[in-house]
Parts: sequence; structure tokens; C-alpha cells
Amino acid sequence: MHTTSQVPKLSLGPLLYYWSRDDVFKFYESIAETAIDIVYLGETVCSKRRLLRLDSWLEIAKLLQDAGKEVVLSTLTLLEANSELSALRKICNNELFTVEANDMTAVQLMAGKKKFVTGPAVNIYNSRTLEVLVRSGLKRWVLPVELSKETLTTMHQEKPLGVETEVFVFGRLPLAYSARCFTARSHNLPKDDCQFRCLDDPDGLMLKTREDESFLVLNGIQTQSAKTQNLIKEIDDFKDLKIDVLRISPQSKGTEQVVDIFDQCLRGKINNEEAEQQLQQYTMSGECDGYWNNQAGMDAIRLEQTV
Amino acid sequence: MELVCPAGNLPSLKAAVDNGANAVYMGFKDDTNARHFAGLNFDDKRAQEGIQYARDRGVKVFVAINTYPQPSGWARWQKSVDQSADLGVDALILADVGVMDYASQRWPDLRLHLSVQGSATNAEAINFYHQHFGIKRVVLPRVLSLKQVKQVAESSPVPIEVFGFGSLCVMVEGRCILSSYVTGRSPNTYGACSPANAVSWEETPDGLETRLNNILIDRHAEGEPAGYPTLCKGRFNVSGNTYYAIEEPTSLNTLELLPELQSVGVSAIKIEGRQRSPAYVAQVTKVWRDAIDSCEKNPELYQTKIQWMETLDKVSEGSQTTLGAYHRPWQ
Repeated sequence: MHTTSQVPKLSLGPLLYYWSRDDVFKFYESIAETAIDIVYLGETVCSKRRLLRLDSWLEIAKLLQDAGKEVVLSTLTLLEANSELSALRKICNNELFTVEANDMTAVQLMAGKKKFVTGPAVNIYNSRTLEVLVRSGLKRWVLPVELSKETLTTMHQEKPLGVETEVFVFGRLPLAYSARCFTARSHNLPKDDCQFRCLDDPDGLMLKTREDESFLVLNGIQTQSAKTQNLIKEIDDFKDLKIDVLRISPQSKGTEQVVDIFDQCLRGKINNEEAEQQLQQYTMSGECDGYWNNQAGMDAIRLEQTV
Repeated sequence: MELVCPAGNLPSLKAAVDNGANAVYMGFKDDTNARHFAGLNFDDKRAQEGIQYARDRGVKVFVAINTYPQPSGWARWQKSVDQSADLGVDALILADVGVMDYASQRWPDLRLHLSVQGSATNAEAINFYHQHFGIKRVVLPRVLSLKQVKQVAESSPVPIEVFGFGSLCVMVEGRCILSSYVTGRSPNTYGACSPANAVSWEETPDGLETRLNNILIDRHAEGEPAGYPTLCKGRFNVSGNTYYAIEEPTSLNTLELLPELQSVGVSAIKIEGRQRSPAYVAQVTKVWRDAIDSCEKNPELYQTKIQWMETLDKVSEGSQTTLGAYHRPWQ
């Protein structure tokens, strides 16, 4: 057993999809009952998604805080319009919660003023970058999803004191962002008149190859993997590497159960194999773990061993 | 407005210089730049020759070191920065914060530009690089509308460069990892998108199939032109319809926006295409030189010439061009 290693905390990443206000509230009410330690809240994909404004997110934040969760406010990844910059400023200036930057804009707005977290879309690929951002106030960073165990291991050997590391361990991978809305495009609608069709797709819109293979998922201006990245088999690595936080990405079904399975596995109540088997029913369109194992992201390297 | 042209090798560099580029940009023969293709780019000797050729004719030389080093490759990026400084290049085009930190401390007099791969889309992001590393210019991602470019130009602490022509990235540069999801290699980590070693072409009874690491990117009926299988430019199936779900094979062409780009304060126009032939570089550079001269002489009377557009269409991906994100309906 890993007596000298620490048990990572569990986080819930920002909700990447567009759900009805009711569904969002219900979702987080039920998340409040889980073993999750940290919850990231807010819109990170599209500024047109306004069913929940900042005050609604703060309401949810309060609810989760009362349930003993640490809350972090997440921010937009691709900033284009001035109105988006204003909204970002408001979040970065809030005095109640830590903020996750998903773009260098948010980093700049908080640098030297308050401690911040960076999400997976902020490119921290080496120790020197990490050092610069720690000097600016970075307190926790999410490993960019295309980086491997090998890279993280070296970066951890040189890691500045005090900064925490978080790894995206479960969910469809965020892969790209565009000015174009691919959901609107699929409905032959321009982005300016998108009719919020992404509300129809609680886990995004499937893109298949011409031989019917599930390949990518369109989520508005974001493109995701169709497969679910699942790093449950790497839990011992995470403990050995002293990873501070493991991130689970919200999905419309089974998020609470996924949190529970990871929690039980971390606390040694079930082993990796059992956990992996239990997770199968919550992974959409297959599983992958390639990035962590220094291969193509869509590959299943360690996962295959149990199949 | 400065015209910045691609130099994938020495003949292309000369073609750009001879046809009116104000500056050329190049990379070294490894993964430190975002056009890491076989047979392309410069070793030290060729770089010296190229710099001499350009300098003798009053043309500036920039070196792109615009990928993201991981610890195992860090020494290579550091070496590329040092090598560029030794060569006496006019500017480095960088993306990674760590590399910028190194370059600005080791070579404080070396001029730094923020690469399009740095993914900065507004003045605050640009401020970060300006305040920390003293960048002198920023290349904007191809995701902004003309109105948004104007807003950035007005508020940016440094002059801005935008893409005028060439292959179009649909995704915001520096934060697209579709390629490594499929092949293990991305522009960020390896300097190539949809790398050639992962590509296969196969004639089948259903047509010519193009694959990337075995994923079917497109299938072309007989007589249908088949382009390189860049993964975002294939045909896929969404909700029962098969179409270019992300983007058509097309090139960006902003020739008709030139007076507007000038009036919103754009300082430099970049031509994409270090992977293209010297003939491409010569033709495209010549057209853009003519166009910029004509626009600067009299922006109100500026009109795109049919010959310009024909020349550019011929060398475009899929023989078609778009205004891309500059034009709102594209989005």
C-alpha cells in the first residue's frame, strides 16, 4: 500500500455543455451530496449561453460551499468580443472565490493581484512556464490534456513550492475552440442566429466518420473527443507523483456515480479493476488513455489490459 | 503595412525577397517551429546564406520558434533561441511563456514577436507578454472579426500583424490538439498538424479513401479532387448528414479587406505557406506587394484586380478562398 503517498482530492470540472437552468440547479444540488472536494463553476465555452448569469452561479456556489465544497469560478476559454472581456473582469474581480483562468487574458487580469488556478487550455508545457506563472500568482494548474505522465513526472521534480497539480482524469476531452459554432453549422444556422440548438445535446453532438465510427463531439464552438478519457488505472501513479487533485468532467448521466467510484478507489475500498468495470457504464462512445501514456489521445493503452 | 512572407527553404526565401516581401520568416529543421515537415526549413549554413541574401536587399528575417517545449526537449528550444541570436536575426516569433522568459533574459536586445500560436486575442492577453517579456509585435489568431481586430488594434500595447492569405486554421491556434488526439503529434508538441507519417491513401470500390492513423477523414468519388487529409477539413457525418462538418478545404484570402485592415491600424500582413513551393511564394508575394502598394497609394480607390484573385485562387487549397472569421457570417 502507499503509506507515504498522499490521496489526491477530487474535483468536478466546469460544465462544458448547455443545459436548462433547472437541470443545472438539480445537477449541482445532487453534486453537493457527493464526496467531491472542489467544484469549478461557470461558462467556459460560449458567452451566448446565458440561462445562468453570474448571480445564478454564485447562488450555486453558496449552496456547494454550505455543503463543505471548495468552489472555484471558471472563465471563458476563447475571448473575442469586448463584452466578453467585461464579463471576465467581473469574475476575476470577485472577492469571494478563487478563479480558474482558461486564457492568458484572465491570467493577466489576476497576475500579481490574487491567487488563481489555470485550466487545461492554458499552455503550461514546461517548468519554466510554470515558474513564471507561479511568480504571477498561480496556485494550482491543470495539466494540459495532451501532456503525458513522462512530462508531468519531470515537471514535478522541478515544481515550485506550494503550487498544486490537477489532472483531467475522466470525461470527454476538450480538444479545440473556434470562432465558428459547429452546432449551429450542423443546423445550417449562422452563429448570430444559433437558436441555442446546443440545448438539444446534453453531452454534445456526435460527429462520426463516413464508416460510422464515433469520432468527435461538437459542443458549440468547442470540439471534444467522442471517447471518454478514463485514467482510473493510473491512480497509483497519481498517488506516487503526489498529484493534488483529480478532475472529473460533468456529463448528463452518472456524474455522481463516477465521483463515488473514484472516491472509493482512492480510499482503497475497491481496486482499479473493479473501479474500471463499474465505470464502463458511464463512459460514452468508448474509453481512451493515450495522452497520459504518451500516445495518440484516442488510444487505449492501459485500459485495454482488462478488456 | 509590412508584408511578411514564408520561407520554407532558401529558394522560397529568395522568391519572397525578389518579389517584394518586407520581411521573411523561417524555422530550423526540427520540432521547434510549427512547420516541422520533412525536407523543409534551415540549418545554420542555409540560414546564414538566407539572412545575407535578405539583408543585402533590405529585407528583414524573422525566425519562428513557436511550438511548446516539454522538459525532454527544452534544450533544443533554448539552442534555437541562441542560434537565432548568434545569426543576428531581426526578430524571434515565440509562443511559449517559458521560451519567452529565457529569450528575454538571455538576449535582452533581441526583438520578440508573439506568435499566432500564443493564442492572444485581446489587449489584456497581449499585455501579459508585453509586461513580462517586452514583446514588440503580436500575430493575431484567425478567429477575430474585422470589428474585433479593430478593437484589439486600438487597445494593444504593441503593433499587430494579421494573416492575409494561405491555409486556414478554423480553430484558435495554439489551443487545438485534434491532431495529437488522432496521431499523438500536434502543432504544439511536434510542429505539425495531421502529420504525413500518419496519412494513408487507398483506392477502394467506394472511392479514394484518405485516412489519418486509420481514421477515415474523407472518401472521394472518381474525378473528385482529393486534398491532403487535414483532419478538420474532411467530410463527416452529423445527425445523418455527410458534409464538411468543421471546414471545407479552403484558403483564407483577405485581399478585398486590405483598405479596412490598413485603416484599423494593422501594421503587418502575414502570408501563410512555408510548406509550399518557391513558385507559390513568388506568385503570392507579388500579388500582395502590388495590392499593398496600390492600397497605400490610394486606399479610397483601391480595388482588387481580377488577375490578383485568379492567381491566388489557383494556388489555394481546394481552389477556393474565404474571408474566414473576419466576415461574421462565416462564423
